[in-house]
Amino acid sequence: MSKLQTFREETKDWLEANCPPEMRKPGDVCWGGRNPSFSHSDQEIWLERMGEKGWTCPTWPKEYGGGGLSFEENKILQEEMAAINARSALGSFGIWMLGPALLEFASHEQKLEHIPNIVKGKIWWCQGYSEPGSGSDLASLATKAVLEENDYVVNGQKIWTSNANYADMIFCLVRTGPQEPKHDGISFLLIDMDQPGVEVKPIKLISGKSPFCETFFTDARAPKENLIGTLNEGWTIAKRLLQHERSMISGMGLGAGGGGSKSKTSGLAQLGKKYAGTDSENKLSDSILRTKIAKHDLNSRAFGLTLQRMGEEMKSGGPSATASISKYYGTEQNKLRYELMLEAMGTGALGWEGEPFSAEELAVTRDWLRTKGNSIEGGTSEVQLNVISKRVLNLPDKA
Amino acid sequence: MALLLNEEQQFLKDTAKEFLQKNASINHFRELRDSKDEIGYSKDLWKEMAELGWAGILVSEEYGGSEFGMMGLGGILEETGRTLAPSPLFSTGLVGVSFLELAGTENQKQEYLPQIVSGDLTTAFALEEGPRHSPTNISTTAKKEGDGFVLNGQKTFVLDGHTADLIIVAARTEGEINDSSGVTLFLLDKSAEGLKISRTKMVDSRNSSEISLSNIKVDGNQILGEINTGSQLIEEVLDRAQIGLASEMVGSALEAFERTLEYLKERKQFGSVIGSFQALQHRAAIMFTELELAKSAVVGALNAIDENSNDRSRFASLAKFKAGETLHLVSNEAVQMHGGVGVTDEFDIGFFLKRSRVVEQIFGSSDYHIDRYATLSEY
Repeated sequence: MSKLQTFREETKDWLEANCPPEMRKPGDVCWGGRNPSFSHSDQEIWLERMGEKGWTCPTWPKEYGGGGLSFEENKILQEEMAAINARSALGSFGIWMLGPALLEFASHEQKLEHIPNIVKGKIWWCQGYSEPGSGSDLASLATKAVLEENDYVVNGQKIWTSNANYADMIFCLVRTGPQEPKHDGISFLLIDMDQPGVEVKPIKLISGKSPFCETFFTDARAPKENLIGTLNEGWTIAKRLLQHERSMISGMGLGAGGGGSKSKTSGLAQLGKKYAGTDSENKLSDSILRTKIAKHDLNSRAFGLTLQRMGEEMKSGGPSATASISKYYGTEQNKLRYELMLEAMGTGALGWEGEPFSAEELAVTRDWLRTKGNSIEGGTSEVQLNVISKRVLNLPDKA
Repeated sequence: MALLLNEEQQFLKDTAKEFLQKNASINHFRELRDSKDEIGYSKDLWKEMAELGWAGILVSEEYGGSEFGMMGLGGILEETGRTLAPSPLFSTGLVGVSFLELAGTENQKQEYLPQIVSGDLTTAFALEEGPRHSPTNISTTAKKEGDGFVLNGQKTFVLDGHTADLIIVAARTEGEINDSSGVTLFLLDKSAEGLKISRTKMVDSRNSSEISLSNIKVDGNQILGEINTGSQLIEEVLDRAQIGLASEMVGSALEAFERTLEYLKERKQFGSVIGSFQALQHRAAIMFTELELAKSAVVGALNAIDENSNDRSRFASLAKFKAGETLHLVSNEAVQMHGGVGVTDEFDIGFFLKRSRVVEQIFGSSDYHIDRYATLSEY
């Protein structure tokens, strides 16, 4: 038996013995933190076991608590988890965004301090990037950090901080070099949220939900050991981390898509058949909607193959400018998918609350509104197209 | 699923690129067009391509081929799309070979395949009877007479028909027009009595023809595959053919895009290169993204054939749809972004637009494949 086959057998056995029954059903994913909330006791057991093995972050080095798996081994792990419908044990910005940046830019001591806690889900991280005056032009950010003895003292305001009201710590872009050109005076700083100088206010969105907050810093403090990388060179880390964020967001869009499921008929097409009906040949009877859905399904499949191909191309290299392609296309596809759901369901997807709408229908209304943020957060679609033009196609700036 | 070419396949593609850029550049195509060449491609060059092994890529080793698979052939077709190189590679090396490999008798294979591999015999597939692709719209009849059949009918848009030695004809042995059963395939020699082939001049200056069949007598040895079940065989060959065309289309789209990108970096207006204008940058970035998707769809589909996937037909529609849609977009934008020179005959970019529309129609447009994909996906 080859090494990989042995690994597959061992993984199968371990999952069989350790994945609790509740975690083999679809449902919410735990986000950990200092005061974690679990929707079921099995969720806590599952997080503990997977965290102990490092399989919440399968490819991260063992030295820092990760799983130490190769690309191929991780693929096997994901396949075997999918085979028993195992849920992710942990989700977090620590895993998807901060961790990869720390592995690349942090010192050995900083890695030892922060990475094992990400792997085990001990700290809930949020991201402090955008400011009210710095959206697409992120590098104009003004929140400042000044060194006073052994601490940075932080003053300013961040916006669109996801789940800041639950987070234990924030990774933040702060201005440390006010005299430098805008890209060269930014540093990457980790700040504890549990202190008097940090205040959080949730923002209510058009969907009626509040996944984002405003975060205010008034003489908040962070020990100087919490500055990652070199002083005033945080923009390099910021850009890298944005690539991870863009990959993450486009991955979410795909996850919502119907491609690759076991049924030949996509979820979207099933919805179309349910609401619009079928003709004598069992075809979706609204032929215009049928065409739009088929075109969307085809593009989703081509997009899925593209993510897979890019994955094969950069097995070892991590995300690159291709992250902009997938961020742009993935979010635009996800928006279109919800528009098509609305088109299929008619007024069924326009309820706000209560009867006669089902919980699923009401969720579609809210989720449709939420998708409008997909092509804004993490860099707008227009910013992604700028990145592709400049960094991939090498088109020049205007003279 | 492997979505990258392996070392051998990449080597084959690189060799093809070098050969085609040197011997079958767009200038070569332009010369053939301007000289109103009767054959429409260079026979000497085809012989050289055969010597490089291209005609036998899908042929079994026992008949002299290399069994290099669709991933191998796809890479070469992509390169022919870049230089718009006319040759019998598609009609013969892909379509003709696939028919014979999948359904030929031992005798038929022995007779034709080695000659194809050596570049001495070319084939054409006479399917269509109307201006829009429809594999069951067949009213050409094959009536039983004694031990054989008599063929009557009209075929249109037969690629490479006027130069082919062997014509594969789809005719109805049973049933009504548009029935999927009752179709049978026949192998006709170009010299068969009652066969009339006339070349059609298409907008892309490539080879196509009209064929009329008038009381052509054939015997049982000329039947390819089983009687009345030709539609299944046609579908299997068309799946491959559509994927092969999609490879060619991706090559053309990449070339048209790269030429346009260069132009955006050279052409100056208002004191700046036009590629610095955001209105053009974003459109270029969108084209680039679509090209990435088209490449993935095609390589996924090539791989599906080589792995004998049971999802082969949906992959074929995916590839033909996505490559077609992308080439359509890129060929339009390429002309627009070149401005005035884009609509001159002297400039090459217009060739991509002309070829785009023809290749989009071969074996089903993007719209055709959207509908087919939905049907195959049971909605």
